[in-house]
Amino acid sequence: MAESFLQIRGLKKHFGTKRVLDGIDLEIARASVTTLIGKSGIGKSVFLKCIANLMTPDAGEVLLDGVAIGNNRRGADQSDGFTFSYMFQNNALFDSLTAHENVALPLREAVGMAAEAVDQRVEEILKQLDLGGAGSRYPAELSGGMQKRVALARALVTNPEVVLFDEPTTGLDPERKFGVFDMIADYRERFGFTALLVSHDIPEVFEISDKVAWLDEGKIRFFGDPSELAADSPRSWSGLLQSTEEVETNKF
Amino acid sequence: MIRSLGRTAISLVHEYGDWTVFSFSSMAGFLRQRRRRQKLVTAIHEIGGRCVPIILTVGLFTGLVMGLQLYYTLARLGAEAALGDAVGLSLVRELGPVLTALMIVGQSGSAMTSELGFQRNDEQIDALQTMGIDAKSFLVGPRLWAALFCFPALTAFFDLIGVFGGYLTGSVLLNVDAGVYWNHVFDSITWADVRGGFIKAVIFGALTISICSYRGFYSHLKSNLRGVRGVSESATRAVVFSSVAVLAADYLITSFLI
Repeated sequence: MAESFLQIRGLKKHFGTKRVLDGIDLEIARASVTTLIGKSGIGKSVFLKCIANLMTPDAGEVLLDGVAIGNNRRGADQSDGFTFSYMFQNNALFDSLTAHENVALPLREAVGMAAEAVDQRVEEILKQLDLGGAGSRYPAELSGGMQKRVALARALVTNPEVVLFDEPTTGLDPERKFGVFDMIADYRERFGFTALLVSHDIPEVFEISDKVAWLDEGKIRFFGDPSELAADSPRSWSGLLQSTEEVETNKF
Repeated sequence: MIRSLGRTAISLVHEYGDWTVFSFSSMAGFLRQRRRRQKLVTAIHEIGGRCVPIILTVGLFTGLVMGLQLYYTLARLGAEAALGDAVGLSLVRELGPVLTALMIVGQSGSAMTSELGFQRNDEQIDALQTMGIDAKSFLVGPRLWAALFCFPALTAFFDLIGVFGGYLTGSVLLNVDAGVYWNHVFDSITWADVRGGFIKAVIFGALTISICSYRGFYSHLKSNLRGVRGVSESATRAVVFSSVAVLAADYLITSFLI
């Protein structure tokens, strides 16, 4: 196994009496795609939000290259690059800002780059993500796929080392789902980030996953290659498939 | 019952504490933000610009009605000449700041709560945090600073148009001499009255915009309902709390100023 880059140790989170994360340990290799699967409402997004520092875990720590990162999710020198970026389920783009302004937001507000440098970098990344002519358009004027790419551009513009994807294909038809998965795989190759995905799209998401982590009852029940998953625990596996199918049915 | 009263009191103290910290930290955080001037201008336009038509309309009709009501009351005492004093003082001291604040709350405050609530639901506030941007300073800070400017400015507009409305009914319609009306307006209103009105406007601005922002920013925690219904409930509550706060604060400030 490749050397671990992102390590999560003993992560715990409870809401009232419900223990959602019960001491999660996970080791993720650099520049890999790891997919977190599990039943709906089991705590996958909570896990991602604890890593992104959007929720405070009750216990546990997140380490990058063996160093605990505490509350700091930005680069060590706080000047340019970010350690983590997060791509939200519904993209979380600002309606009142154009695609260009949305992508430029972290550079302008958090990094504080000069306006010309920001414009240059934003244009560059928009071109790389095939959004060359879309910079001046508002999110409402873009298609669902283009909105996803703008959200990804905003996540990548700060050169993050880890990108967290929270159900990136929610609400998309099968064809678009594959498009988003291809986009993640393609840009992971190009930009070299480490991806951690939460997804219900089983088994489609396995196509782009190097590893799969199965979250069940607050613990990681399985972690390994997608091909090994069905063989690991066939009965539970069929139960999981059924539950994700129910999620899809309810969605539509 | 005593236990329940105690719990309510403690939660109220928590709520007021949270709200105070939220307001001050948003304002202080804004001073560390980049491109402050641009954000402030946008917020002034959003809070102030949006409200100009409604302030002018309500101000005019308030002045018109006051001119009418006060004329007939004063006529019974044979004191029609004092119409300018009555209209001017009522507007500058009380009605101007209070009605302006209530109009801004109805127009901009509710919109602000809804917008922040929607941004919370759509995870835009979380997105700011993942980008290393302090969401309170970025979204709320400019609005609170803008309120300190917009409320007095719009109150001044309201007062001016209201006094003009009083002139329209008093002098144009009911034949009070125009010179007498305007002389009484200028003679009766002192600098202390204007200053008192502006003090009220500034305090109302800080109170209402911070209440509306707070209810929107934490709509996911403050409402038992989820989604759009939760946001709409937060907006309704923000308007109600802000309106009550304006009236209660008005009484307190007046008792200090008088």
